[in-house]
Amino acid sequence: MERREFIKLASATAALAAIPGCASVGGGKSIGRVVVVGGGYAGATAAKYVRMWGPDIEVTLVERNTDFVSCPLSNLVLSGGKSIKDLTVSYNKLGSKYGVKVINDEVTAIDAAKRTVTLARGTALSYDRLIVAPGIDFMYDTIPGLSNAAAQENVLHAWKAGPQTVALRKQLEAMPDGGVFAISIPKAPFRCPPGPYERACLVAAYLSKHKPKSKVLILDANEEVVAKKGLFTKAWKDLYPGMVEYRANSELVDVDVKTLTAKLQFEDVKANVLNVIPPQRAGKIAAGAGLITANNRWCGVDYLTFESVAHKNIHVLGDAILAAPKMPKSGHVANQHAKVCAAAVVALMHGEAVYAAPVIANTCYSFVNETQAVHVSAIYKYDTAGKTMASVPDSGGLSSAATDIEGMYAEGWAQNIWADMLG
Amino acid sequence: MKKIASAICVSGVLAFCAGAVQAADDVGGRNLAAACAACHGTNGHAVPGMAAMAGMDKTYIVKVMQEFKTGKRPATLMHQIAKGYSDDQIALIADYYSKQK
Repeated sequence: MERREFIKLASATAALAAIPGCASVGGGKSIGRVVVVGGGYAGATAAKYVRMWGPDIEVTLVERNTDFVSCPLSNLVLSGGKSIKDLTVSYNKLGSKYGVKVINDEVTAIDAAKRTVTLARGTALSYDRLIVAPGIDFMYDTIPGLSNAAAQENVLHAWKAGPQTVALRKQLEAMPDGGVFAISIPKAPFRCPPGPYERACLVAAYLSKHKPKSKVLILDANEEVVAKKGLFTKAWKDLYPGMVEYRANSELVDVDVKTLTAKLQFEDVKANVLNVIPPQRAGKIAAGAGLITANNRWCGVDYLTFESVAHKNIHVLGDAILAAPKMPKSGHVANQHAKVCAAAVVALMHGEAVYAAPVIANTCYSFVNETQAVHVSAIYKYDTAGKTMASVPDSGGLSSAATDIEGMYAEGWAQNIWADMLG
Repeated sequence: MKKIASAICVSGVLAFCAGAVQAADDVGGRNLAAACAACHGTNGHAVPGMAAMAGMDKTYIVKVMQEFKTGKRPATLMHQIAKGYSDDQIALIADYYSKQK
């Protein structure tokens, strides 16, 4: 039997089975409650799409920040082309347009048996299904010199857009001409694989204009540039000749915060501005809830529903999951997880069959200077045999070159995905 | 009479099954199209900067996607995306977007 026919049959059977218990749709009566933890690219999209596709389902989103601030495009704050305000979107429309109840608070505990979440300030919430989209946490325990808060304010990550991004920009502004900006990249997997290399480009764009004797030093723990390698190395060579130096196999062992020294296995590297992107794992709440199942870092899920392999009725999305091979931890992919999950949650809560042939995309733009961008794209479909998402052969690819038109598309991408999440 | 009644009943079931298959296709189209929405807007209602697909003619969407797929239509990125979809999937997506107001 062809897969598509099988899906039709499975769905038809489920539709028949579901008829007697058909709930009133749009009649105002709720058939259950979904709580979403985290309002980033994954969580906000999931909250909106569950309400859109299941208007008889009550959705509560708990987010600790008052507004959404995008990580994608935030390297442009470092070059001076954008401000944080340009990357900030309100959560208001999730409530006014889609009826999502948005609570500005933090989830401190999840009780999978009782199906409740505890809030830092408010009263506990009960759920029928929970969607956890906690993003990433930094593994500062792997870098002893950065284990305290004061050190973390001197040696910034700027890997969650917001105050750290602005602070890193200020450090660059204060850096003398002829200084060294060093960026440390952890071993993959980490959030936004092309992001560190884009950052090297955009910091170089700022320095070449304002402090042309300065240097950008990339200390990469990986064997080679892990994303868009040819395009980035060409940009460093052509756009910033003599300014950007790339060092592979340069894993950070420790940091001396006082002297801004990156300690590598065989050498010490001093910088004027030291930017350390630490190794990462699923956001803290995932660990507390027992959702981390792989390498003590990531959450395993069923890719048809994004339900946790550890706990029933809890779904995990975005950067926190143990991603399928070749699937990056990107905002775009997080948005796609959310829609597969939303469709599954709505189907499950209506007693219907889960869609068995999801196809999702990744489109990821990086700027190489203030106006020109490059992309990587991919399409993944559910692989029934491997129970994973696999790249569709011959699909996807890279830009042939950095162009202004792709810079415009990158802006269009951002405006559209923000509207798809929150508009 | 009994025969007629059962004939009506059978055709009723068939009509229902056809309806269910259509519903499954609609859900498939909706889910597949949702992936495109990250760039092309929720239900095809894009904000400026990307092509809005809502209400576009189904045949036209299929034609453009096929041209991306074969490389006939120049693109920065869509030729790579189009190659990820089967003809059936493209038809479902096009049908869904054509029905959005």
